[in-house]
Amino acid sequence: MTPSSKFQPSRRRFLAESGALVVSFALARYADAQPAASAPGSLAKAPNLDSWIRVDADGAITVFTGKVELGQGLKTAITQIAAEELFVEPKSIRLVTADTARTPDEGQTAGSNSMKDSGTAVMNAAAQVREMLVGLAATRFGVERNALLLQDGAIRTRDGRTATYGELVANQSLHVAAQAQSSLVEAKARRYIGKSMPRVDIPAKVVGGAAYVHDLRLPNMVHARVVRPPNRSARLTMIDAQTIEKMPGMVKVVRNGSFLAVVAEREFQAIGAMRAANRAAKWDMPQARGATDAYAALAAAPHEDFVIQGDKSPITKAWTRQATFRRPYQMHASIGPSCAVALYEGEKLTVWTHSQGVYPLRGSIAEMLKMPLERIRCVHMEGSGCYGHNGADDAAADAALIALALPGRPVRVQWMREQEHAWEPYGSAMTTTVQAVLQSGSITDWQFEVTSGPHSTRPERKGGYLAAAWLLQEPMAPPPPQPIPQPDGGGDRNSIPLYSIPNVRVVHRFVRDPTLRVSALRSLGAYMNVFSIESFMDELAAAANADPVAFRLRHLADTRAQDAIKLAAERFGWSDFKRRPGKGRGFAFARYKNHAAYAAIAMEVDVDRDGGRIDVTRVVAAIDSGDAVNPDGIRNQTEGGIVQSLSWTLYEAVRFDDKTIESRDWASYPIMRFASVPRSVEVHVIERPGTPFLGTGEAAQGPTSAALANALADATGVRIREIPLTPERVRAALSQA
Amino acid sequence: MITLKVNGQTRNVDADPATPLLYVLRDHLQLNGAKYGCGLGQCGACTVLVEGEAVFSCITPILVVQERSIRTLEGLGTAEHPGAVQQAFIDEQAAQCGYCIPGMIVRTQALLEKNPAPTDEEIRKALNASLCRCGTHMRILRAVRRAAQSFKAGKA
Amino acid sequence: MRRTSVEKPPNLSAGPKIVARRALALVGAMLFALAGACLIGQQALQAQTPSTRTVSDPAVVAKGAALAAIGNCASCHTAEGGKTLVGGRALDTPFGTVYSTNLTPDPDTGIGRWSAREFRRAMHQGIGRDGRELYPAFPYDHYTRVIEEDADAIFAYLMSHDPVRAKIPENRMIVPRPAVTFWKSLYFKPGPLPPDATHDAQWNRGRYLVEGLGHCGACHKPRNALGAEDPQRALAGGRIEGWSAPALNAQSPAPRAWTVENLTTYLRTGFDMQHGVAAGAMAPVTQNLATVPEADVRAIAVYIASQMRGARPAESPTASSNPASETAQVAEDAVPDSFGAAATGTDGSAVYKSACAGCHERAQRGIPLSLSTTITDATSANLVRITFEGVTPREGQAGGIMPAFGGALTDRQMTALAEYLRKEIAHAPPWSDIEREIAKARDEQKGKKPS
Repeated sequence: MTPSSKFQPSRRRFLAESGALVVSFALARYADAQPAASAPGSLAKAPNLDSWIRVDADGAITVFTGKVELGQGLKTAITQIAAEELFVEPKSIRLVTADTARTPDEGQTAGSNSMKDSGTAVMNAAAQVREMLVGLAATRFGVERNALLLQDGAIRTRDGRTATYGELVANQSLHVAAQAQSSLVEAKARRYIGKSMPRVDIPAKVVGGAAYVHDLRLPNMVHARVVRPPNRSARLTMIDAQTIEKMPGMVKVVRNGSFLAVVAEREFQAIGAMRAANRAAKWDMPQARGATDAYAALAAAPHEDFVIQGDKSPITKAWTRQATFRRPYQMHASIGPSCAVALYEGEKLTVWTHSQGVYPLRGSIAEMLKMPLERIRCVHMEGSGCYGHNGADDAAADAALIALALPGRPVRVQWMREQEHAWEPYGSAMTTTVQAVLQSGSITDWQFEVTSGPHSTRPERKGGYLAAAWLLQEPMAPPPPQPIPQPDGGGDRNSIPLYSIPNVRVVHRFVRDPTLRVSALRSLGAYMNVFSIESFMDELAAAANADPVAFRLRHLADTRAQDAIKLAAERFGWSDFKRRPGKGRGFAFARYKNHAAYAAIAMEVDVDRDGGRIDVTRVVAAIDSGDAVNPDGIRNQTEGGIVQSLSWTLYEAVRFDDKTIESRDWASYPIMRFASVPRSVEVHVIERPGTPFLGTGEAAQGPTSAALANALADATGVRIREIPLTPERVRAALSQA
Repeated sequence: MITLKVNGQTRNVDADPATPLLYVLRDHLQLNGAKYGCGLGQCGACTVLVEGEAVFSCITPILVVQERSIRTLEGLGTAEHPGAVQQAFIDEQAAQCGYCIPGMIVRTQALLEKNPAPTDEEIRKALNASLCRCGTHMRILRAVRRAAQSFKAGKA
Repeated sequence: MRRTSVEKPPNLSAGPKIVARRALALVGAMLFALAGACLIGQQALQAQTPSTRTVSDPAVVAKGAALAAIGNCASCHTAEGGKTLVGGRALDTPFGTVYSTNLTPDPDTGIGRWSAREFRRAMHQGIGRDGRELYPAFPYDHYTRVIEEDADAIFAYLMSHDPVRAKIPENRMIVPRPAVTFWKSLYFKPGPLPPDATHDAQWNRGRYLVEGLGHCGACHKPRNALGAEDPQRALAGGRIEGWSAPALNAQSPAPRAWTVENLTTYLRTGFDMQHGVAAGAMAPVTQNLATVPEADVRAIAVYIASQMRGARPAESPTASSNPASETAQVAEDAVPDSFGAAATGTDGSAVYKSACAGCHERAQRGIPLSLSTTITDATSANLVRITFEGVTPREGQAGGIMPAFGGALTDRQMTALAEYLRKEIAHAPPWSDIEREIAKARDEQKGKKPS
């Protein structure tokens, strides 16, 4: 992947045309279109170039991003982008990810927005820095810009005079505001963007390098464990801290109201103390909540209705078909339970955390501790895959609280598996109802209603969303969650069909206070809404006697959508599919959020009618993420989304009773293992260089689930509308068929 | 004092014999490979080799592994000289968050040392005790097959 | 004939067993009997019209499905990793290896040409469609008790499947089929069970299922040298694939008496908090029973419980009275006691406390071992195997996971642990077979492709 360090004709050609430019962004293509005058992507919020790019006197290049590595390949992609526009090799880029002391504030790394927000910002900032350097060199050497060559972090004239980037910026400041437009490298001249450069973070991870916040070891560090109540409403009435503090290695028992933690020199000592504290603590258990049926509770709960498409009044038609779908609470269930390290020293608090949003977290911790923002620094270090809002922020808050009780000593908090399972916020239970009218094989009317709890309770600068804050002596109540507005949406994400239908009405019933703690889980409401829409599309296709793929194509105007569908169908061999008893095929498509990545999935299954088991044999996907920075990264994320969505859709539902969460570990919340992953998963990336970044990470969740349900129906004639598609449900449905 | 043989070195640790090996590796010996995933022997993130067998270090007290040869991820190769399995995982880009991968690599090493030409079914069975939440399974399987090539060619 | 190889959990496989030396001595006797047996050959029935895939009454098919689950047909008639009911599983007996047949209605390789009558004859008399003897690895010594209507329902269920064409491997039996006639003359009593009027309908239903389709005695009864169940020692315990199938009669070793409730739970879920987990060959039995109407499982439990009446529970004084009391608490109790540096890896008490107690003395995790039949059983076979292999629930299903300790523990440590548990927790006389079972268990692990 290292480009030749020789002169490259293409580069010279580019520079000769330096005035007339390359690709500039059509800003209007973004759904959240900025006015043309403002800088692109996150540059709008952090417009100074030196917020993003720093060139030291010795030529070292540092790139700053407010987004974080979640295992999705962000570090690599941003490095590629910066290397491309700065005309240096990727290995010479030092990348700094979200740190409240060092990087721009880009909010949460969520919503598959990193390329759109940060990639765009870095691309443009790097390009503009490069242009500045070229200008500086032109002045210095008294030559035209187009007579200069960039190579290995230096700029040279034709007659061999050279200045390194470091020398060029020596007396210059990059503290200049970004322009709205940049001279970007032409797609055909690219060296790094569009190449599947190997991930920069994988080598350390496979040899045991310190790669995660879990691996952070600071001098004098102590180990802490939190002691959580049996449920979030229980109150701590008694704990004999003194006895526990006498256990081997114990440093301190920290108590603030019902917040309880034990701190020891060694990790296993802390675990022992935690267990002793669990035994010894007395909790005041509140009245049981009473709700054990997620769907009954959802239906009965107070809600607000938002009509996000169509008229206020319902469509009253004789429906050709209608159906209701259900999805239970599901977990992130990150493989590595949450962890954080915090140090309170000199009245300054530093927290190392795998939170997706260090700035919002800092604001929340500040409010919880009643400390000024400036005294708190939150630094991102990798955790295991989070897939949304898991326990990371809470672990950070726990560490902060404990650190304040032990000034001068770094405190490491590691959540236990049971704690992560029980305390993380889940993906909300949801129900949907779909109704449609078919006339002459086309859908004329469509009504969709989705009932859901919130899909974000992220601690956005509010202490009350942190679990620790609920337990304090002076507890903070979580502020009422808000629905996420369209065009992104929360429970209503992807609830508006992309299909061309003359009369569409969509209602979002927002249940502010569902039974369990909920927040953002990969793709938010899109997983369930696409499951419903795409399952229903197959039912309509069957009613219209149409092939499911052809039926979808017929209803889509978006050519890129059509391209994705056709590619997936063709690579799957949709029209040549050989029928065999027990074998079925299913198809599904969605454009994430209706304005982001396009994903089409075709799937083949074998169904064992006796056991009710669905064996997914083959999955073929096509994804269009716009400008593909790292095609293999896109494939990796999509493969992962497919396998994860299969696990959700086949196995996963949080079990709970009226007092507590029963899903505590992998025994009580099983997920897919190697025994059941498909025989093959193929992902075909449609690359569209020079077009806006559309993101990737969440696009496959919804279509995979519906493709599975559709394949089951194709194989057996049986339609299941409740997730997960367990063997019991399949057997029950088969016996009734 | 408990004496452990880790990655070819003899190490003396001052730890309660009941301490699970995982915490000794991480806390006392500062080794990062073995990871805490569940502490219950359910997920395999903590997997190490004891006398060539894949073992959950989170539920194995150091009491029972004294004087027995323990190999962790770090013992299979380094950044400068990755082992065959590690290299295969790099070549296949077999990681998303990567947290489960050390366990996968160690379990793969155990498999290939005994059976250098496993079938797909055998690979799936061998790795079944290790969980991956990101859905990297397909790449992991490819990495194991690639590593098997190295073992077969005597390059491991 | 010693039948082995019911559907196993993933980490067991069927490998050929060494032919018992005793068996070789008997071969001579068999061959002598063969001469006589040849004169008594069975005839094929009148040629039947080949059946095609039959469309039967769904209610009958559903009933047949439940009965087949009780009969565990799929466990033997499915190869490891193979398609359901297509056969091809190797069943090891001391007389060789027999492969299970294809029960899908394929006309050439399956039962597609069979009639209901021929199927009944196979079930009741152990005769194949072509009139030849069937090896009693197929437990027709039990299935002979299945009433006609039930056999027909099972047949309808089998015939409702999609036909799958599959050639199965040739048997490798040292005893030729006609010799089975001799065996039958000694040990096979065909015919139904007359109802027992001294018990109620539920008990009778249970007995019908246990002694018939359930063929529990095939594992839970001792066998004689010629591999026949000993009729005098009903449900007195047996061995299957290295595992012990404990006595289900008055010799039941369970520390706490089984109630009908416990048994029903155990049979339907594979676990009971007062007794333990279904492991080894029993796991697929409970997985199948989970799909059967509860009333039938309860009937089985009623019958078995009645057989166990008179068993004297050996409940040890250390058994906790209410191990599952903390429903609300995240139960993280039972810290292993610290012990001095003197504790070594061959100190069974230290091994138990540091490796086992963390789960087995924690509410809602492993059961307290004082309640486990595994350590009160006559043999250490199950303790060794469960410890080495762990417990794995069915893929995707919630259920207890016990990690495998075979790699973590040396043979000496396992021995010390077993001796400690037997003495200090079971309070029972020492086992004499610990080292032998450890060696056998290690061999069983090696016999499979390693993992």
